[in-house]
Amino acid sequence: MTHAGFPYLTVLILLPAGGALAVALLGAVPSVRRVALEWIGIAVVLATLGVAIGMAAQFSTGTGGFQFVSDQPWATGVGVRWFLGVDGISLFLVLLAALLFPIVLAGARTRSDARSFVAWMLLLESACIGSFVSIDLILFFFFFELTLVPSYFIISGWGYARRAYAAVKFFVYTFFGSAFLLVGILVVALLHQHQTGVLTFSLPALEHTHVSSATGILLFLGFTAAFAIKAPLFPLHTWSPDAYAEAPTGGSMVLSAVLAKLGTYGILQFDLRLFPQASVDLAPLMLTLAVIGILYGAIVACAQRDMKRLVAYSSLAQMGFVALGIFAFTSQGLTGGVLLMFNHGVVTAALFLLIGWIYDRRQTWQVNELRGLQAPAPVLAATFTVAMLASIGLPGLNGFVSEFLVLSGSFLTHRWWAVVATAGVVLAALYLLWAYQQVFHGKVDLANAQTRDLSWTERIVIAPLIVVIVFLGIYPQPVLDRIAPTVNQLVAHVEATTHTHQPAVATGGTAGAVAAARGTAHR
Amino acid sequence: MLHAAFLVPLFPLVGFVVLLAFGRRIGEPVAGWIGTLAVTGAFVSAIVTLAGLANQPAGARTLTCSDACGTGANAHSFFTWIAVGGLHVSAAILLDPLSMTMCMFITGVSMLIHLYSIGYMRGDRDFTKFFVYLNAFVFSMLVLVMASNLLVTFVGWEGVGVCSYWLVSFWFFRDSAASAGKKAFIYNRIGDVGFLLAVFLIFSKTGTLTYVSIFAHRHLLSGGSITAAVLLLFLAATGKSAQIPLFNWLPDAMEGPTPVSALIHAATMVTAGVYLMCRANPLLAMTPDAMWVIAVVGGLTAFVAATIACAQQDIKKGLAFSTVSQIGYMVLAVGSGAYVAAIFLMVAHAFYKGLLFLGSGSVIHGLGDEQDMKRMGGLRRTMPWTFATFLFAWLALAAVPPFSGFWAKGLLLANVYSKSLPLYALGLLTAFFTAYYMSRIFFLTFTGKERWKDPAPDGSPAHHPPHEAPWVMRAPLVVLAFFAVFAGAANLPWVHVGTLADWLAPVFGHRLFDSHQSAGEQVTLAVVDGVVAVAAALVAWGLWRRTANRPALEPRFLQRVWYWDNVYDAVIGRPGQALARMYAVVVDARIIDGAVNGAANLVRATGNGVRRVQTGFVRNYLLGIALGLAAVIAFMISRTWWS
Repeated sequence: MTHAGFPYLTVLILLPAGGALAVALLGAVPSVRRVALEWIGIAVVLATLGVAIGMAAQFSTGTGGFQFVSDQPWATGVGVRWFLGVDGISLFLVLLAALLFPIVLAGARTRSDARSFVAWMLLLESACIGSFVSIDLILFFFFFELTLVPSYFIISGWGYARRAYAAVKFFVYTFFGSAFLLVGILVVALLHQHQTGVLTFSLPALEHTHVSSATGILLFLGFTAAFAIKAPLFPLHTWSPDAYAEAPTGGSMVLSAVLAKLGTYGILQFDLRLFPQASVDLAPLMLTLAVIGILYGAIVACAQRDMKRLVAYSSLAQMGFVALGIFAFTSQGLTGGVLLMFNHGVVTAALFLLIGWIYDRRQTWQVNELRGLQAPAPVLAATFTVAMLASIGLPGLNGFVSEFLVLSGSFLTHRWWAVVATAGVVLAALYLLWAYQQVFHGKVDLANAQTRDLSWTERIVIAPLIVVIVFLGIYPQPVLDRIAPTVNQLVAHVEATTHTHQPAVATGGTAGAVAAARGTAHR
Repeated sequence: MLHAAFLVPLFPLVGFVVLLAFGRRIGEPVAGWIGTLAVTGAFVSAIVTLAGLANQPAGARTLTCSDACGTGANAHSFFTWIAVGGLHVSAAILLDPLSMTMCMFITGVSMLIHLYSIGYMRGDRDFTKFFVYLNAFVFSMLVLVMASNLLVTFVGWEGVGVCSYWLVSFWFFRDSAASAGKKAFIYNRIGDVGFLLAVFLIFSKTGTLTYVSIFAHRHLLSGGSITAAVLLLFLAATGKSAQIPLFNWLPDAMEGPTPVSALIHAATMVTAGVYLMCRANPLLAMTPDAMWVIAVVGGLTAFVAATIACAQQDIKKGLAFSTVSQIGYMVLAVGSGAYVAAIFLMVAHAFYKGLLFLGSGSVIHGLGDEQDMKRMGGLRRTMPWTFATFLFAWLALAAVPPFSGFWAKGLLLANVYSKSLPLYALGLLTAFFTAYYMSRIFFLTFTGKERWKDPAPDGSPAHHPPHEAPWVMRAPLVVLAFFAVFAGAANLPWVHVGTLADWLAPVFGHRLFDSHQSAGEQVTLAVVDGVVAVAAALVAWGLWRRTANRPALEPRFLQRVWYWDNVYDAVIGRPGQALARMYAVVVDARIIDGAVNGAANLVRATGNGVRRVQTGFVRNYLLGIALGLAAVIAFMISRTWWS
């Protein structure tokens, strides 16, 4: 663990939270115009992005441990500390959040009550980043729960027709999962206290708690219930199509791109560290659910006529890929899973943003009401194409790198799961190309002919996402170099506890080494 | 001179980027010339690189030597693409006789077709976009053939696939074009599953994806996995190269502009599957079982597609099935271990089939977008350049001596003869159909009555007299015609030094079966080939020279492609759609979500009496707190339990 001079993480949490407060208070002053509030919001999230980039630039590739650690006593009586740190797994999720919120505030503005919208969004950013960097379990739980409040208000306040239903469903469902998480956290801490006499919720400390295998499985299931709902993983996903479809554009972007990652992040950072034995024991179950999710999400997506629901189901499939990579327990699978979390966030945010822009122009996202948009709006079509192809997994764009790592990594240890999951590759092309053809191809009719192409502002807003999609497709290595040390440390931790080993090819480097390893195995 | 090899793919990449960024401002026709220039640059660079490679001793060009020359003197790595743990993939190119042979004909044919397109696409509202896609295609194709490892090959493989998707649905406002583009992509995607699984399998066994290292450690792939790996790669090849069972996207792909059909769906991209098989030849050599599968699939595809081509009415559809059939021959050659014959036919085919498509484009262009051969005829008088060049291409494809197709197909069939007599018989029968359908197309188009002067039976009016194309379209025809005639000289049977087989020997070794055949056998086989071709052409001459109306010879079964699409639709398409709807409407909405809502209703009922939702935040928060309390109670119970 390295301590840094500048308290990056605390700033990353407090800056948007302070911004939220400022916008809420300033909004109460009648003379402040809504545009001013929006600009304040954008300035705050851009400043946050700047701090995040500054932190990433100083992030050391040499260690897999937590960096920029900040450890302050908070509620010492019950052992809770303000304990923050970032590692290779959380770094890119922090960056993802920091990158997306400016795009949300600039690209998915609302028509009514900008003050509350901006304030809730800023609070949401604070809660998201807080969740990703908290390594005290209670602090994590606090932020994890805090995300619910702004999300609920964003869906119910600025959503579409069935927003009330969607918001309540989202809230109750995820809150339900959280109850299990809270119980789990308390049990782990008390077990640790029982063993060492120290009451703490610090992740690095609890990592060494001895958990019997039966207890471990129960605790794993408790934690995972919360995380699997959040991700969502099959079959706990049914809140997500409603929430993603009914939320306003910005809400859909944040829910699918950032909040969903809290689920898979939680599995990686807490399940695997705290309950390695249970994670390995239950891997077949998780892998099976992941693979079902991949196929099921894709098949159901094929039957959608509503673009937002289509992307929601495609997200279900993508989160299945993340889980597949995680529970493969190989360097490639886990690294791919972490990268896929980031890539999926970027791509899904781009898709929801573009769908939102189509809605702005045509007041619909039903595919059968749209037609031939490529003729009046070629730049919109081209941008959509890039995001779509990244989602399909075209090599040269970011989605492929993560998908490839996940699949090749899981093939090493769980061949047949990987084989079935690879078939999902075909299905993704099926529904996305179908939707693209319906919306953008064909002879444009009167209603669609007047569709405006992307304005220069819109092009600038979406450009960062497109640049990331292309750049990480061609040159992902800087990202992989930062993820890998943490993943290797995590794999080592799991292997040390469970006495399992990933295959030699996963680490062996050359084929020669593999051959040598086989030779010794024979002897 | 080899270190300039990176220029080969770089030129079209730069062309692509420049046209993408400034194309609309540059406009027609300069954008077309820039695109053509970029590919010309690649062609020149390829010549220079080829010359450099030819100066090396043959031993330095091989890939299959032991570990000592492992990394390969002729591999150039640019940067690390993906490296995680034991997986290491570089963005790297490989220069060997095979990759450079491919580069030569790809850049050469592309250059001519770019030039042709300047004339063909004149006045199209998306003129510049066409060249953006074309340059992107050439770049991807070069990446495909120059890659030094399987994964970078896959980058090119997918790149050409997506360019094909864009170019087939180039006229996206036509529903048929849009659907055809999608179909092409999805059929290829099915094959890609095979490619990916082969990559995973090979990596899991050898720990590497670089060709040189895979070949050096190929003994690590045991009996079952080598067969699986080769067959999975072959599945990918059937998608890209339009073989059974994934061939029926190719005829639909004719919806694209004709230069696209010539370049992508005849000369280059569709041969990528054959290239992949040739590239993997050291692996193929280890699995005779897979070789048999490949040979049989190739032979059957060649035959089925040739029969279908005999009954087509649309000139481009006829040529498309001919392409499927010809690639079937190449696959048959691969399955017979006759890689040189496959490459030989591939190169010759690129010339004459590219020419046939360009010639058909010239006809289509001249007749105002008419593609129905029943409404052509007698065009030899009005379109002399097109007629003359098409004539040579016809004779080359029909394998009439001494045109290029005769030598290429002769080498191929002689090798198949050594492998299996039934497959040879099938190949010979297919050769008869080949010469027949090609002659039929030729006679229907260029001889007989000038049917385009009459109104069509469906009432559409007569066509204006056709006009010969401008020089930018005629010049490529002439150059390609030259090669269609003389490409056979690359590998004449009585020459043994400086031939294609000699040049490719570092890649394939001297594994040609026909070397075991006596001179008498070889001559006999050649005579048989020639007689079959000429006989079939004469039959077609008798039947189709004067009349275009012989329904008995165009059975519905053949016109409807052996009902292949209908079967897929009935077996996969419609049940699949029904399944998806069932999952969405019943399983997801009723069962899974129904359980969730049911549970929520139950909680609500017990907590608050039965009332509809309409609550708002506070009550649900209370519900949450209730759950939280339940959790705390559970926690306290658990504490007593564990302590």
